[in-house]
Amino acid sequence: MLQRDYTTSQLDVLEAEAIHIMREVAAEFERPCLLFSGGKDSIVMLRIAEKAFWPAPIPFPLMHVDTGHNFDEVIEFRDRRSAELGARLIVASVQDSIDQGRVVEETGRRASRNRLQTTTLLDAIEEHEFDAVFGGARRDEEKARAKERVFSFRDEFGQWDPKNQRPELWNLYNARIRKGEHIRVFPLSNWTELDVWDYIRREGIEIPSIYFAHTRKVFERDGMLLPDADVVQRGDDEPLFEAVVRYRTVGDMTCTGAVQSTAGTVEEIIEEIAATRITERGATRADDRSSEAAMEDRKREGYF
Amino acid sequence: MDILRFATAGSVDDGKSTLIGRLLFDSKAIFEDQLEAVERTSRDRGTEYTDLSLLTDGLRAEREQGITIDVAYRYFATPRRKFIIADTPGHIQYTRNMVTGASTADLAIILIDARKGVLEQSRRHAFLTSLLRVPHLVLAVNKMDLVDYSEERFDEIREEFSAFASKLNVGDLTFIPISALNGDNVVSRSENMPWYLGTSLLHHLENVHIASDRNLTDVRFPVQYVIRPQRATDHAFHDYRGYAGQVAGGVLKPGDEVVHLPSGLTTRISSIDTYDGPVEEAFPPMSVTLRFEDDIDISRGDMIARPNNQPQAAQELEAMVCWMTDVRKLTPRTKLTIKHTTRTARALVRDLHYRLDVNTLHRDEEASSLSLNEIGRVSLRVTQPLFVDDYSRNRLTGGFILIDEATHTTVGAGMILDAS
Repeated sequence: MLQRDYTTSQLDVLEAEAIHIMREVAAEFERPCLLFSGGKDSIVMLRIAEKAFWPAPIPFPLMHVDTGHNFDEVIEFRDRRSAELGARLIVASVQDSIDQGRVVEETGRRASRNRLQTTTLLDAIEEHEFDAVFGGARRDEEKARAKERVFSFRDEFGQWDPKNQRPELWNLYNARIRKGEHIRVFPLSNWTELDVWDYIRREGIEIPSIYFAHTRKVFERDGMLLPDADVVQRGDDEPLFEAVVRYRTVGDMTCTGAVQSTAGTVEEIIEEIAATRITERGATRADDRSSEAAMEDRKREGYF
Repeated sequence: MDILRFATAGSVDDGKSTLIGRLLFDSKAIFEDQLEAVERTSRDRGTEYTDLSLLTDGLRAEREQGITIDVAYRYFATPRRKFIIADTPGHIQYTRNMVTGASTADLAIILIDARKGVLEQSRRHAFLTSLLRVPHLVLAVNKMDLVDYSEERFDEIREEFSAFASKLNVGDLTFIPISALNGDNVVSRSENMPWYLGTSLLHHLENVHIASDRNLTDVRFPVQYVIRPQRATDHAFHDYRGYAGQVAGGVLKPGDEVVHLPSGLTTRISSIDTYDGPVEEAFPPMSVTLRFEDDIDISRGDMIARPNNQPQAAQELEAMVCWMTDVRKLTPRTKLTIKHTTRTARALVRDLHYRLDVNTLHRDEEASSLSLNEIGRVSLRVTQPLFVDDYSRNRLTGGFILIDEATHTTVGAGMILDAS
């Protein structure tokens, strides 16, 4: 008899690991929630959650920290997808945090609500008493993230202490916390950008239209293509032009750049990414460019 | 395409960063913006060469001090395989990091400087690899260019290391002479060493057979989560009751007779469910949901096995423990939380038999405690039975973590011995 070879494909291994992580959280925590922005990583995370608990519904709410500066297409997608799943969607609004005086809006041409999100996020975690918060971050995105645990401990101030992380061995995750502390959980830690796209293709998952090539009015700043929008302050020396672009990441309009691309299908996007020589955050995120340790510093404060 | 997880141990001096950098470069996993950032930082610091360790050493403290303090995970892929590198620092004060990185590794690469030969730290890395039962070990003899690509020197090192490794539990040991700097035998075979008849390092990583490293013999299914839809997505599932988990050993099929632990009751698998439909078999590392023919009271922390092949139900454990905190020491009478598969209990340290010198393997039987990064043989008593196997037989049902009851941090990692 032919010996069966129990080889498992990389996507199956990553999916099985992510499902295990999700179930572990559902079993060990009282009030988890899943951060759902309408971006591709959180969309994949949501599919994993559907799979992990099927045929039961996803046993925790979704939450979006809305800067008010998001792309319309993404917000529309967020609402539609949540409704399809019958999931409870909590929208934590940065505008509310500003109105309540919790944070002060930045001013000037480079004003962004990116950093203000941290306060809104931490306030929402406290208000809803969440003890575990799923995020779609991956270790291949950024070098501070390369060292973050799957179960990443946050103290009562929401802070991450990179030098004092809990060792993580085998598939055993330490879920112990005290009241007021919480764990950020990253089920896609071991996925790369290409894995995410391969999975979207394999599963036939719908994603917001701005990931595909479209014509858009943009202007150039620091080598990035920023959109023409009310919330983006453009100088007279930054002329608008039309270009065929798509988004590799989806975030706040003020700091998320588009890339020139004609990729109109998931297959074409995969081809493009396989050939690209720039990381997705390097190509598209002004927030990571401010310093060598920009991400680490924001994460320490409690950022995603 | 499957996944190979491998751990690398060593310091910058051994050329570890150069080797990883080369693997990432040649597989196009390093991007231009990352390289530019590293080149800029190297230049700012006055380093003459592009310091590739800056790619992995991402934390502010690491860059400031020029050290690696934690496990960094790196990713690359070739058309044959996806690779996950657990890059761990090599110094003795980072033993816990190496133990962490090795716990999930299919393969470990130990780098040796051809000029220096087998050092104390090489022996320590080999010991930890064997303790954590990493199935495949590669001894990469680096800097061959600096010993004139000498076959004699390579053979000397191979003999010395083999003699030491024979005292350990090393499953599969491969020696590869390389020069990470020049690329000899890293991605392709080197013309500088015609006497070497083996394959390049990358070729070995792409082809080493790992599917059979998982335990496919002993059925072990730790119950992780009970799925009982109260608000089913479909009314057909109103009475659904499934037991979700990740297979830790063996191959399960519908119709198989299984035993539930701790009850000892037997039943048959009626269905193996997934979101994508029922499957005909489940094996590690699949995450599935089992349903059974009989209505048995099953909850998280229970174990499914075969009636004629069961794990030990143990409340007294013998284990090798690596201690991972400097906040307190492990001593007899220490009380801790233990997490083993999906079951959590309390544990009491009954005895510390000896502390092991990880460099010499000398057993200090006079030792009365374990400090950070120390490893010793320990007896534990647990408040409820754990369903265990020897770690050497199954890493998932033989490994556990210890959690401090006051601070809730993970303070120890254990590997079960003599589960019988």
